[in-house]
Amino acid sequence: MSRSLKPVLLSCLAALAIIGAGPLIAQTAKTPPAEKAAPAASAQAPAATPAAPAKPAPLGLGRLALPAEIKAWDIDVRPDGVGLPPGKGTVRQGDELFQAQCASCHGEFGQGNGRWPVLAGGQGTLTADRPEKTIGSFWPDLSTVYDYIHRAMPFGNAQSLSPDDTYALTAYLLFLNDIVKDEDFELSDKNFTSVKLPNAGAFYDDDRETAEKAFWGKEPCMTNCKPEVKITGRAAVLDVTPDSKSAPKVD
Amino acid sequence: MSSDPKTEPLDRRRFLGAAGLAGAGLAASALPLRAQEAKPDPLITEVQDWNRYLGEGVDKRPYGTPSPFEKHIVRRDVSWLTASPDSSVNFTPLHELDGIITPSGLCFERHHGGIAEINPANHRLMIHGLVDKPLVFTMEDIRRMPRQNHVHFLECAANSGMEWRGAQLNGCQFTHGMIHNVMYTGVPLKLLLAEAGLKPSAKWLMLEGADASGMNRSLPVEKALDDVLIAFAMNGEALRPEQGYPLRAVVPGWEGNIWVKWLRRIEAGDKPWQAREETSKYTDLLADGRSRRYTFIMDAKSVVTNPSPQAPLKHKGRNVLSGLAWSGRGTIKRVDVTLDGGRNWQSARIDGPVLEKSLTRFYVDFDWAGQELLIQSRAMDSTGYVQPTKDELRKVRGVNSIYHNNGIQTWHVRPNGETENVEIA
Repeated sequence: MSRSLKPVLLSCLAALAIIGAGPLIAQTAKTPPAEKAAPAASAQAPAATPAAPAKPAPLGLGRLALPAEIKAWDIDVRPDGVGLPPGKGTVRQGDELFQAQCASCHGEFGQGNGRWPVLAGGQGTLTADRPEKTIGSFWPDLSTVYDYIHRAMPFGNAQSLSPDDTYALTAYLLFLNDIVKDEDFELSDKNFTSVKLPNAGAFYDDDRETAEKAFWGKEPCMTNCKPEVKITGRAAVLDVTPDSKSAPKVD
Repeated sequence: MSSDPKTEPLDRRRFLGAAGLAGAGLAASALPLRAQEAKPDPLITEVQDWNRYLGEGVDKRPYGTPSPFEKHIVRRDVSWLTASPDSSVNFTPLHELDGIITPSGLCFERHHGGIAEINPANHRLMIHGLVDKPLVFTMEDIRRMPRQNHVHFLECAANSGMEWRGAQLNGCQFTHGMIHNVMYTGVPLKLLLAEAGLKPSAKWLMLEGADASGMNRSLPVEKALDDVLIAFAMNGEALRPEQGYPLRAVVPGWEGNIWVKWLRRIEAGDKPWQAREETSKYTDLLADGRSRRYTFIMDAKSVVTNPSPQAPLKHKGRNVLSGLAWSGRGTIKRVDVTLDGGRNWQSARIDGPVLEKSLTRFYVDFDWAGQELLIQSRAMDSTGYVQPTKDELRKVRGVNSIYHNNGIQTWHVRPNGETENVEIA
């Protein structure tokens, strides 16, 4: 008990210090009460209790996020380039970084070692029996490459790469996928959004309610639904359940 | 509660008859009576240790655990599925559970960077972006806001994904076990957004976790303002670490990936982010080479948990068939069960609460004479959706979409009671 008390106390002190800062508390304290809820802006479905206001009134909990705090956590990058930090890196620099930091799992050329993900190749395989879904063959947006590497890679040492490192690695991945051909190509926040990935146009929003309309509203058959039934496949033949010995390749 | 009136009265005689049995009313007399025990049972005639000696006192088990005789009832993983156990999945032992609430310690896990161990005193939730006031909340702040309790299923989008090309894993734990159903306590996301003052230009939110994968997903504002909870408790106690302690998103009816764990940041924006988990992953590749994206909702689905490959039939005569049904679009209205591979069906008995976007339990009490069975279940939900067969799904989607396989499952019961995952035509 007493051991865990210290950090709690410390964080309470930190909170006190912030309250002591003045303007913050003034801002939160000035939060107007319930009558500020704009009724016009709310087209919300009524809540469980009919009397509840459609737009809940603020409770005055939480404190203002400081710009430095937002900057520390707000690292995401969108397809339109919003969120890209200033920086740059070349294919050549990316190659060097990739061999040192990434190749042990993903292979020298992004081909993937063992079961680790394949990052390059597979273009033109999306209609094949066994599609190879990589950055070059499948991913729609380059921003995702930057965002994901920067937030989550290398696996086990996330958020250790600088913006320049991340630009360089992204450039190298473009090169491995034949999207840029020149080893001197430099990717930066300036030219980033001009790069388009091959599969960008191949995604559409969930259309199950129209494409699969037939699954709705039918009265299913209950008796004498088919003349005969035959078994066409068995899991035991594959024998890949835990405790069995073999293992298939998985995507 | 019970099945659709249109199916009443149940034609049990025909149903059982189709399975090669006498009607239920006659079944009792048709059953062989258990032979008389020749010898008295020593478990009855001799005094046992637990009758004689004292057991442990109330000071020995401050946090109770299951009986040692239940040791085999555990989450299991399939090592060949993934490259690393830190970005992997395990499976709920559905065949060993009953009712609709999953015990917290058996809820399947899916992590992308292992389990983040976070002292709640050190956890923060930031809301920023298109809001009037960017805010930081402590866990103490969140616990001071009005809360709600809701029971919901969380199903991984990839549940049953290994079965797209055919019957592959032999057990409903492995074919259907990427699911759990618990009661969550939390604050409606709507209230947290009201604190920050969501701007009208905000159309999407980005949820982000504090773990080593920095899990991020885009969530439409309409859903956020509808029924999303920011939860700190499950089944009456704090979230388990592997389920996002101290804070997670609960996104009723939607694929598990968007239920971000260890939630630390919500950013409001005017467009989706196209994060890795909604582009490279959790997009559904169809036969024409194009892919669906934002396939958030989990469609109506069901599975018979007993009998199943890990829970074979052990007795002739009276047996209990049991299973689960669920839908991300509403409530379960009816579950039909067949014992003869879909030639004849009867509506199962639904028991216990039928809740919105929650697991629902069904039973069929039946008599078994030792003949082969081909068991299936077929769920219908409150929107009129009828659970399709795997072949009906493959016709629309091909076999490479990985996610959202809610096709009807078939179990083959042999005369010796052994049960196998099969496909039929």
